[in-house]
Amino acid sequence: MRLELGKIYIKDVQFGPQTKVENGVLYINKEELLKEVGGDERLKSIDVELAHPGEEVRIIPVKDVIEPRVKVEGPGGIFPGFISKVDTVGSGRTHVLKGTAVVTTGKIVGFQEGIIDMSGEGAKYTPFSKTHNIVMICEPVDNLPQHEHEEAVRMVGLKAAAYLGKAGKDVTPDEIKVYETLPLLQQVAQYPNLPKVIYVYMLQSQGLLHDTYVYGVDAKKIIPTFIYPTEVFDGAIISGNCVSACDKNPTYVHMNNPIIEDLYERHGKDINFLGCVITNENVYLADKERSSNYTAKLVEFLGADAVIISEEGFGNPDADLVMNCYKIEEKGIKTVLVTDEYAGRDGSSQSLADSTPKADAVVTAGNANEIIVLPPMKKVIGHPEAADVIAGGFAGSLRPDGSIEAEIQVITGATSEVGFGYLSAKTY
Amino acid sequence: MFKVVHYLNQFFANIGGEEKAHIPPEVREGFVGPGMAFNNAFKGEAQIVATVICGDSYFAENTQDALKQIIEMVKKYNPDIFIAGPAFNAGRYGTACATIAKAVKDELGIPVVTGMYIENPGVDLYKKDIYIISTKDNAAGMREAVPKMAALALKLAKGEEIGTPDQEGYIERGIRKNYFASERGSKRAVDMLIKKIKGEPFETEFKMPIFDRVAPNPAIKDITKAKIALVTSGGIVPKGNPDRIESSSASKFGKYDIEGVYDLTSETFETAHGGYDPVYANQDPDRVLPVDVLRELEKEGKIGSLHRYYYATVGNGTSVKNAAKFGQEIAKELIADGVQAVILTST
Repeated sequence: MRLELGKIYIKDVQFGPQTKVENGVLYINKEELLKEVGGDERLKSIDVELAHPGEEVRIIPVKDVIEPRVKVEGPGGIFPGFISKVDTVGSGRTHVLKGTAVVTTGKIVGFQEGIIDMSGEGAKYTPFSKTHNIVMICEPVDNLPQHEHEEAVRMVGLKAAAYLGKAGKDVTPDEIKVYETLPLLQQVAQYPNLPKVIYVYMLQSQGLLHDTYVYGVDAKKIIPTFIYPTEVFDGAIISGNCVSACDKNPTYVHMNNPIIEDLYERHGKDINFLGCVITNENVYLADKERSSNYTAKLVEFLGADAVIISEEGFGNPDADLVMNCYKIEEKGIKTVLVTDEYAGRDGSSQSLADSTPKADAVVTAGNANEIIVLPPMKKVIGHPEAADVIAGGFAGSLRPDGSIEAEIQVITGATSEVGFGYLSAKTY
Repeated sequence: MFKVVHYLNQFFANIGGEEKAHIPPEVREGFVGPGMAFNNAFKGEAQIVATVICGDSYFAENTQDALKQIIEMVKKYNPDIFIAGPAFNAGRYGTACATIAKAVKDELGIPVVTGMYIENPGVDLYKKDIYIISTKDNAAGMREAVPKMAALALKLAKGEEIGTPDQEGYIERGIRKNYFASERGSKRAVDMLIKKIKGEPFETEFKMPIFDRVAPNPAIKDITKAKIALVTSGGIVPKGNPDRIESSSASKFGKYDIEGVYDLTSETFETAHGGYDPVYANQDPDRVLPVDVLRELEKEGKIGSLHRYYYATVGNGTSVKNAAKFGQEIAKELIADGVQAVILTST
């Protein structure tokens, strides 16, 4: 499967009479965008605002972040199972409006949504302070059940990203990256002397607003399976998560999965990257056992010499991470884990809920409990009072002057467990 | 120039060995014994103005009084830095160094540094609170330890940023601190994977703790014949806490006779635990240590008998190392007493 990813670098986003990309600027016809995403009776109102890097703007509570992309050649369309039919994606050509992101906000759904600051201390911790954000503000009708609220907002985000992505369809990309993974036997034969690597991609599936979807299927209900890495670049995996903002994978991060990108960087040089095994993080022990057994079996069957395993979330999924590691290492396959830590505000507590001595190679994205003070911002998009109730915040997090004292857990993408960020931790 | 007060035991102050371990705290102007090496290592940036000396036994047996006296002695010199030891693998000396250093840090608010061997009991007690330079297990390590202790003390006094344990030579305090790495996490993971595949050395960013997993014993065949004991980390002790089990970070456990006791009441028992709201446990200690229920089962013949003694400690911030030691000691006694099953209650 071969995908050309055409990157169109966007240096500014503005509202204008027509939605188009011109000279590196994305112009958006606001009315047309709102019409495109509207029509869901469950939402009382939808509005859109722009937030640019360096502005004194805070977006809270953030639900999801999505990258505008469009399928230019090849089967299927972006976000299969939601926006497009379920044709297999990941081949042909896809264009990306690089440097832009759709961010969904509005009344809080649950407890676990995030903050994006476009400047100040908090901006260092989120990758989405560096993107031009098209913020979709979605307010639900009264008494809307939470899971429907989440679904309605999720669809607005996906529709907006698909709509905006189309503006790049006929634009000549600034850069084209080609990614290719062959069918297994051919891929193995292509680099017979290089160690074979699989990426074990754990998807948050604890349920009750902790859901991830693969081609529209709730990942809770999957048996671990193979996916071509390029399928992910076309939005085959999307987030429906209201879990802690710091270490969930927003849809944007799935679409740009950095482990896949960095494995491809070494593909054909140091390793033979065979593809991804997606697995889930269900809460029942039997599910954990079954999924980790299946993952280890599949990784062995595919002939991997080594794997990278990434977690999503913390606490309960630590058990899945450790089971996957243990069972894969038991088969003589080397592992590297990517996780984050909950070591307490002073950094002195036990970081993970489970452990195995076999996990001797771990990358950490930092301690999510560390406290940060976010300065007041000139403008807040959304609902600042959510700071007191989102995970990582506490009563009094939102101070009278508009500043926020909270754990970095509240910041979208702060401790990305697919290693999208630079944060790490050391023992002192 | 920074003023330094140094702490030594009777041995390193050249007063004597075990036969002089009972001497009470005293203070001398200037440096004593290894203090000279410290003065050299400070290279004119600091100087020992006084040395406090105390016998190891005296300190161990009169900790609170000795601590008070020593703090007063240190205070008098208004120092900028406090240095204790190094104590190498001397257990009482190490514990004294660390206890005093922590108290000086807390009460006088000045930087403190001590040094000891990794297995010195003072390390586990205080490594989270203070900087302990890692040393050899005997005084032959003095030459290596002193420059590291002096350098770290100067850094602390100047308010400079303290590096990692590897850089500075102190024993890991177990504090996780965030920093921004130069590469993103995914790249670090791929690099680490390639090193691991090639068999090249790599450094994990998080050392997994090693949990002690205990395989459960087979089930009791006939519970109606079994002698059952109660063991709790919920802190239930006879009223007045006769063994003075600490309310947190327990250093001991108690063994208590419940012969003829059919019900724990608020008059006779209480909890020593400081980690939960004690009201309900104190109202009826059976809620944590179910003696009443077991006596009924004993009477009804549903269990063989309740063991004459129960064991209690406080599981509140108690180190895993202490807890494991208690467990081993308790298990040994229970087996010797012919107990077949134990009900463990927490809080």
